[in-house]
Amino acid sequence: MAGSAHRTLAEKIWDAHVVRSAEGEPDLLYIDLHLLHEVTSPQAFDGLRAASRKVRRPDLTIATEDHNVPTTGITGPGVPLTGPDSPITDPVSRTQVEALRKNCAEFGVRLHPMGDADQGIVHVIGPQLGLTQPGLTIVCGDSHTSTHGALGALAFGIGTSEVEHVLATQTLPQARPKTMAITVDGTLPEGVTAKDLILAIIAKIGTGGGQGYVLEYRGSAIRSLTMAGRLTVCNMSIEAGARAGLVAPDDVTFSYLEGRPHAPSGAAWEAALDYWRTLPTDADAGFDHEVVLDAATLTPYVTWGTNPGQALPLASSVPDPGSFADPAARAAAERALTYMDLKPGTALRDIAVDTVFVGSCTNGRIEDLRAAASVLQGRRVAPSVRMLVVPGSMAVRAQAEREGLDAIFTASGADWRSAGCSMCLGMNPDKLSPGERSASTSNRNFEGRQGKGGRTHLVSPEVAAATAVTGHLAAPADL
Amino acid sequence: MEPFVTHAGRAVPLRRSNVDTDQIIPAEYLKQVSRTGFGKGLFAAWREDPSFVLNQPQYEGATILVAGTDFGTGSSREHAVWALTDYGFRAVIAPRFGDIFRGNSTKAGLLPVVLPEATVAALQDAVEAEPATEIVVDLDHRLVTAETAGISASFEIDDYTRWRLMEGLDDIGLTLRHVDDITAFEHSRPKFLPVTA
Repeated sequence: MAGSAHRTLAEKIWDAHVVRSAEGEPDLLYIDLHLLHEVTSPQAFDGLRAASRKVRRPDLTIATEDHNVPTTGITGPGVPLTGPDSPITDPVSRTQVEALRKNCAEFGVRLHPMGDADQGIVHVIGPQLGLTQPGLTIVCGDSHTSTHGALGALAFGIGTSEVEHVLATQTLPQARPKTMAITVDGTLPEGVTAKDLILAIIAKIGTGGGQGYVLEYRGSAIRSLTMAGRLTVCNMSIEAGARAGLVAPDDVTFSYLEGRPHAPSGAAWEAALDYWRTLPTDADAGFDHEVVLDAATLTPYVTWGTNPGQALPLASSVPDPGSFADPAARAAAERALTYMDLKPGTALRDIAVDTVFVGSCTNGRIEDLRAAASVLQGRRVAPSVRMLVVPGSMAVRAQAEREGLDAIFTASGADWRSAGCSMCLGMNPDKLSPGERSASTSNRNFEGRQGKGGRTHLVSPEVAAATAVTGHLAAPADL
Repeated sequence: MEPFVTHAGRAVPLRRSNVDTDQIIPAEYLKQVSRTGFGKGLFAAWREDPSFVLNQPQYEGATILVAGTDFGTGSSREHAVWALTDYGFRAVIAPRFGDIFRGNSTKAGLLPVVLPEATVAALQDAVEAEPATEIVVDLDHRLVTAETAGISASFEIDDYTRWRLMEGLDDIGLTLRHVDDITAFEHSRPKFLPVTA
């Protein structure tokens, strides 16, 4: 519906970025911001070199080291990558980081290396630097690029061939997605967080429910969320199968952005504000599909299985696979319970964990750390539990230390780390051992995601902290 | 990219839904900086189980994977596609795919074929009953046939993607034909937009 008067937020952003449109072809979309990290970019740079191509817009491109980076031994700027003082001991990880540094130097791309004050998880530093802004198109070779939609940007994950395409042309051929409204009205009850909300949404629509759609989160419960909460919700859009999730920009967005290093200032700020205010979905615009949730009915959610849709309220019990009518869902539940070593009927609160992880692009922001610290203040992590607290960026780490949160974590017995993807995925030294069970604020409970044979329960930072104290899945209200 | 017009081969039935890209290739295998050699990481954790379908000798040399719904969900890693092609697969048939995986496949010459759940189950039944069953995936006519099992099913794929796959075309080369449009668009971009430099 290009050029229609009644458009959704996603359609407005799309229309404003069409470089070329032709019958029977995907639209050619301009990309305003391209984020890079070390895992999905080396083959793309190789492709450029092989074809003697340049990066078309290095000034719209930024890179960080996050997936392979250890969260200990990072002493500060200039920490060596090689030699006995390098925090990276795995030679293959080191090669990947080296490749990124070499590629960024050769092609003129700004890079925040480990130890740098602005280094961090790619989806944490974009908003933090003020680069993520309403109305932009943003891509990254990482499925959690959906995070940036919290500021009203159309942001989605791409593969390495597409990374190369964006590097070479600053555009992407894309088929126009369908739109889905996820409307959440009402007020979240005390102790219920953005993480619980998105886990409940995924449980409702399923891991494939969003496929082919851009989700727009709407309604009073979404408007009431802080920017951190919105980032958490949009982050996990991909776990519902949607490449992108959006929240319309409003005063929460504008006050979050104002004064950040790359946010416009002076007259440019006013011009940007005028544009941003035109972006929200028109009152009479239609969505291809709508899902409605009542915030007041929600409670803390945790996952019991091996995909993010296998989630239930913490007050429930492990389900009986026989209770699933759909044969594929039943088979998936059976497999999941075997892998997770859980028995139907076990109260979720009775599940004991070995490790608690607070961090990741889902819940690694300062607000998440404050939430976890407020639960841990004056309490101890259970002796049977190891707890890792990993800030999403070095700036979040510095802020937390200014607020004294590190002292709370350390006093409770938790391990206070430096920034990176850490235990969200098994690519760096922070991993689960085979059979080990975690409560994790990350985004994926897939088999082996946190380390081969590891078992993951996805939770909010509040539930993570309470679980660390009791040693089994728990909410702060249980303490 | 190697063109894909029609492919005839034997198949592996993978009766699992929600096969995420972490299963197709675990993160520990993503550290290589080349595009080749990922086949050894394909389904690495599952292949440790001798009874896993890929370890069964009757499916050796198969080139078509017939999987459950929501294949390739999760991480955007194109390494999942490279692992499948490096192992020898040319096509994956499933009732539904993760969006990013499906897009990545068509950039790397692996054909994702969407067929209804009942047809996928019929193909899996046929291959389990007779592993030598030949399946023909005909992109030109958008048709999957398993003649000896009496199965013939048409599938949908947009004209543009089909043309690109059949010609084995490089997307970047196609886009660069329109570089003047890109330059013109760049001149129209508002001045308040951010730059990283």
